[in-house]
Amino acid sequence: MRFVRKKLVQLVVVMLCVTFFSFLLLEMLPGDTATTLCAGAGGTECIEQKRAEFHLDDPMPVRYVTWLQGVVTGDFGASARTAQPVWEALKQRLPVTIELLLYSQFIALIVAVPIGLIAAQRAGGIFDRGSTGALFLFLAIPNFMLALVLILIFPVKLKLFQAVGYTPFTENPFASLGSLFLPAVTLAMAEMATYMRLLRTDLIATMQEDYITMAKAKGMSPRHILLRHALKPSSFSLITVIGLNFGRLIGGTLLVEVIFSINGLGKYTVDGILGRDYIPVQGAILVIALGYVLVNFAVDMIYAALDPRIRHARALV
Amino acid sequence: MPEHSSDTPGVMPSRGSIFAGSGDLATEMTRVADGVAHERDAMSDVDSDEDGRSAKKRLGPVFWIAAGWFILVALAALLAPILPLKSYTAPSAFIRKPPSAQFWFGTDTIGRDIFSRTVWGGRVSLAVAFASISFGVLVGGSIGVISGYFRGRIETLLMGFCDVLLSFPALLLALSIVAFRGDQRDLLTISLAIGVVSIAPVARLVRANTLVFAQREFVVASRSLGARNGRIIIREILPNVIFPVLSFSIIAIGLAIVAEGGLAFLGQSVQPPTPTWGGMISDGRNYLADAPWISLMPCLILFLTVLALNLAGDRIREYFDIKDNN
Repeated sequence: MRFVRKKLVQLVVVMLCVTFFSFLLLEMLPGDTATTLCAGAGGTECIEQKRAEFHLDDPMPVRYVTWLQGVVTGDFGASARTAQPVWEALKQRLPVTIELLLYSQFIALIVAVPIGLIAAQRAGGIFDRGSTGALFLFLAIPNFMLALVLILIFPVKLKLFQAVGYTPFTENPFASLGSLFLPAVTLAMAEMATYMRLLRTDLIATMQEDYITMAKAKGMSPRHILLRHALKPSSFSLITVIGLNFGRLIGGTLLVEVIFSINGLGKYTVDGILGRDYIPVQGAILVIALGYVLVNFAVDMIYAALDPRIRHARALV
Repeated sequence: MPEHSSDTPGVMPSRGSIFAGSGDLATEMTRVADGVAHERDAMSDVDSDEDGRSAKKRLGPVFWIAAGWFILVALAALLAPILPLKSYTAPSAFIRKPPSAQFWFGTDTIGRDIFSRTVWGGRVSLAVAFASISFGVLVGGSIGVISGYFRGRIETLLMGFCDVLLSFPALLLALSIVAFRGDQRDLLTISLAIGVVSIAPVARLVRANTLVFAQREFVVASRSLGARNGRIIIREILPNVIFPVLSFSIIAIGLAIVAEGGLAFLGQSVQPPTPTWGGMISDGRNYLADAPWISLMPCLILFLTVLALNLAGDRIREYFDIKDNN
């Protein structure tokens, strides 16, 4: 319980820091919402008027506190350009990004786990070396390059899947997964290599354990040993990394969302920065940071739940 | 995170190395900077028998092929003004021609020669990458040495600053800095944007190494001989910290090239008509169906260069590791 309370305090502090610094960062940018809104039409008069409307003349700390008060009471403010409440926009866009993330992690895992298992079975063998080398290559592919190549192969040449746009999951699950397939694969590719290597390394370490030798001595089949005895204890680092990737990637899908024209959280944030529309950016950064911290927290918990030794260690402290 | 007993089957990666395989700059850099964790070390365990016998203190053919490619690209970029290249700005009547003997990489939508644009673009992309990583190494390195050597409150402060930098998605941070310079998107702005993103990973790497070396006998000896802090840092610490920073920088230059591409895709890299690899790739993406070479040719060169840097940096890291072990 004390552990949980300590974590919660930490969470609040981190959130305050991140939102304050992002406020500060945005504040330092030249030009504000008013000058951008009045670009083209209207002169200083328009700027004055807009500044008054959005309270841009208040000092920065005052505006931060005002924004914070709003957030605490559930009011995230509204976009200055479209007048759309930030909360509403987040409600629309967050599920898109989360679906994309879950999907990409799923793809990464269904490829990485079997490869990791086979590679670990014959460490140093042809398959092991081949897959390690191939995945090292994947790791060097920039994700925009991968996106372009996938678009060229699937929608352009094979007329499979779509290059842009998104169908909501609630509308049509199959169409939705189809529309996110290419972006999800793009995101999955880099993760795949890491996951496979993590699992492979841990499996090789586990296979050296005495109880594995014991199982071998009892005459169990290699496959049974690998799947039943070695896989679970070898998956801790993998689970940790997946969890943390998930938290971090909430802000990392940005480029992929832009390339595939998916209206997710990342694109929302970029549009906000480029349009000098800061209240939406603040809201998005809050959600991204919160997601990151919460997932970190959850991973710590899952980890403790999976490994009795850690629970035990904690109980002793 | 709880301590693990040595018999724990899955060795936990350190906090930093957890952020693996993201494809975005700061996290990738952190991954590389934090030693790429045990995954790579364990991977090299497999061929350690072989390595132990034959590959002592040798960089191997892979390194030389990679280095050769990079030198070729860098030379082409350096010598672009005196190479017999077609103009990279002048449009011609040959619009969207596929690669041929006349146009090695084909031509783009207004008939410019993609090969000469790739060479000139490499000049800009490499300049941005070198400038940004130099900036990152200079600032991040200072932060790392100071916090690792002096410890205490200043370490808490500086490392806290780095944590804040890391908590922003890298591309968003870079984007904000480009915006900060008032959309004056020249070489300096882009280098600065990518450079700032690289500060925190370098600082962490240098700090970790400084911590180790600051406790070594030769530092204690130097101090007991009456050397001042400044002298110890410059004469004792820096020469030791420089090797991990070197191999990191090589990989980081590759990541910076990719980061420039990322900015270009958001329409926020160096202003046209100055070509950059990222800009060229991004420009061609609407013509993938009819003229894929517009994107793919610069993309291929970018990929090979980044791969070469990755391989070379990796080999150099292992090379120095072996030396340390002996």
